[in-house]
Amino acid sequence: MSTPTNTGDASASYYERARLWGLWGDRLFKGLSVFFGLLVLLIIAGIIIMLLIGAMPALQQFGFSFLTNAEWDPVNDEYGALVPMVGTLVSALIAMLIGVPVSFGIALFLTQMAPDWIKRPVGTAIELLAAIPSIIYGMWGLFFFAPFFADHIQPWMTSNLGGIPLIGALFQGPPIGVSMFTAGVILGIMIIPFIASVMRDVFEIVPQVLKESAYGMGCTTWEVVWNVVLPYTKAGVVGGIMLGLGRALGETMAVTFVIGNAHNLTWGLFNPGNTIASTLANEFNEASGLQISSLIALGLILFIVTFIVLSLSKWMLVKLGERQEGKKT
Amino acid sequence: MNRLAKTLVLGSAVIGLSISSSVFASDVKQINGAGASFPYPIYSKWAEAYAAKTGIKLNYQSIGSGGGIKQIKAKTVDFGASDAPLKGEDLAESGLVQFPMVMGGVVPVVNIEGVKSGDIVLDGELLAEIFLGNVSKWNDAKIKAMNPGVNLPDAEITIVHRADGSGTTAIFTDYLKKVSTKWADEVGAGTAVKWPVGLGGKGNEGVASYVGRVKGSIGYVEYAYALQNNLAYTKLKNKGGQSVSPTSEAFQAAAAGADWKSAPGYGVVLTNQPGAASWPITGATFILMHKDQAKPEVAKEVLKFFSWSYHNGQKMADELHYVPMPEAVVNMVEATWAAEFKDASGKAIWDAGMVQK
Repeated sequence: MSTPTNTGDASASYYERARLWGLWGDRLFKGLSVFFGLLVLLIIAGIIIMLLIGAMPALQQFGFSFLTNAEWDPVNDEYGALVPMVGTLVSALIAMLIGVPVSFGIALFLTQMAPDWIKRPVGTAIELLAAIPSIIYGMWGLFFFAPFFADHIQPWMTSNLGGIPLIGALFQGPPIGVSMFTAGVILGIMIIPFIASVMRDVFEIVPQVLKESAYGMGCTTWEVVWNVVLPYTKAGVVGGIMLGLGRALGETMAVTFVIGNAHNLTWGLFNPGNTIASTLANEFNEASGLQISSLIALGLILFIVTFIVLSLSKWMLVKLGERQEGKKT
Repeated sequence: MNRLAKTLVLGSAVIGLSISSSVFASDVKQINGAGASFPYPIYSKWAEAYAAKTGIKLNYQSIGSGGGIKQIKAKTVDFGASDAPLKGEDLAESGLVQFPMVMGGVVPVVNIEGVKSGDIVLDGELLAEIFLGNVSKWNDAKIKAMNPGVNLPDAEITIVHRADGSGTTAIFTDYLKKVSTKWADEVGAGTAVKWPVGLGGKGNEGVASYVGRVKGSIGYVEYAYALQNNLAYTKLKNKGGQSVSPTSEAFQAAAAGADWKSAPGYGVVLTNQPGAASWPITGATFILMHKDQAKPEVAKEVLKFFSWSYHNGQKMADELHYVPMPEAVVNMVEATWAAEFKDASGKAIWDAGMVQK
């Protein structure tokens, strides 16, 4: 029985070695993952600090009035963020008005009504829509949608909606096709896949039992969706909408193509306008001095707004998770 | 032993290589520049022909005039290019030499039903009124008075301007500022200005595509873009009161009358020049290089390339609708090179014998 002892010895040292390796490997792995995790925080902090330093001259020069000033005058070095800020919010609002109902419809169809054979292809098609680069949307918007909109939809809207008191002024403007409204529509189409896929995912987690009980009591599909599915998934749906909003606020290329790039503050949605992202894209190359600092300050504003929106969406998703656990117990 | 020999051979080969590379360091293979996008097509055409002849390649990044100025000040490139000239004090402060390389014209382009190139004439003041938004219909009395017999429609004027900062805008607004006190008071001149009305296109091609598509629009582009996109240009009344069409001859006439000598860094803006044949919105594009060169051998090659382009590139410039610099100006510029560019020991880098005729 001497040989087994030998092999036993050998394997013992082998296992010892393996254990040590594993121990160091574990420590190394832990260290690395902590480092990568903290790296994200470091990068975000770095970006904020860089933006703050860059924006400082403009913020010192203009102070709080930077947010309320509608001027953007490179000749006299006077800058204000009001026009691009309003443009960013208005175009994102139009995008939400279009994107949210459509996405809701898509998600409803896919989870509640569609037969199985159509669920997969339509679901995949929506995800593919999300993979199209934004410049393609911009080119499509500029070369196809804007002329079509200018020739066919906009004159109709101006003559039929333009006369309505109060909101009529929104539908005024030259029939050029490149406008705040066009940008909003393109953005709306761009955010549909994001919102629709989140909505589809949260609608699917609604327990079958709940829905079937409702159907059993004689509810229609709409009543089930409105009274069971939506209340159950409310937080998740809002989270998805926030994700879409975050994207709409920061989109650059597609918007720059179709928004008209003019520092105008008017009621008419058919007038050319500007967003923070498109102003940055247009003017960064040739800017210097105070103008560059003002552009960086615009970037800081956009960063803060997007940060708030995304934090809200994360918070909503966390609330959804808590709710799920609450339901189970 | 064998191994030692091999190591020795290898080692000496490495040393030999490094020696030879230091000996042939003057053998510059590539020169680097960055800046204005307006002259990019002609620079690349010249560079292609020059590389075929000499083997020296030009790496030119068309990142915009502002970027070019930043890059040359940071010394990341061998030369910078800018559409708008730097002022004398700015040049002195940063130790830069500036000279014009090629010229071009900025042309108002319109899209009016039934109006072809050269059908309508505008003068500077009217052009300013239009871009201020004060004249907002094509059949406005002021436009009609200047164009009797032209059938002008009752259509809104849509202004198309540049959305990005650009040398083209600098030349165009400089002209409007010179001819209209209202424009000078309300807007001013610069690479980007506060446009009272209109929509912005990115780059010359952006403006050209909007004007091509939007009925009743007027914009301004480099001459070459008007031709390439088949846009209808307007004639302009120049300082002498003559109405002229944008042609190579008209751009050159504007350059010929200019006082190049007295402007620091040749910083002449060729707008609203006297002369019966002058196109009023003409501009030159400029090159910026450091006076004191740490790498004189590179600077020498850069200057050789420019000299070659001055003397052999006129035909290529014509083909792309740029305007070559007049001979007299070229001679002045080359004299400036000899006087200004110095290496670390203070020796002149350029002399008249190097002219690439």
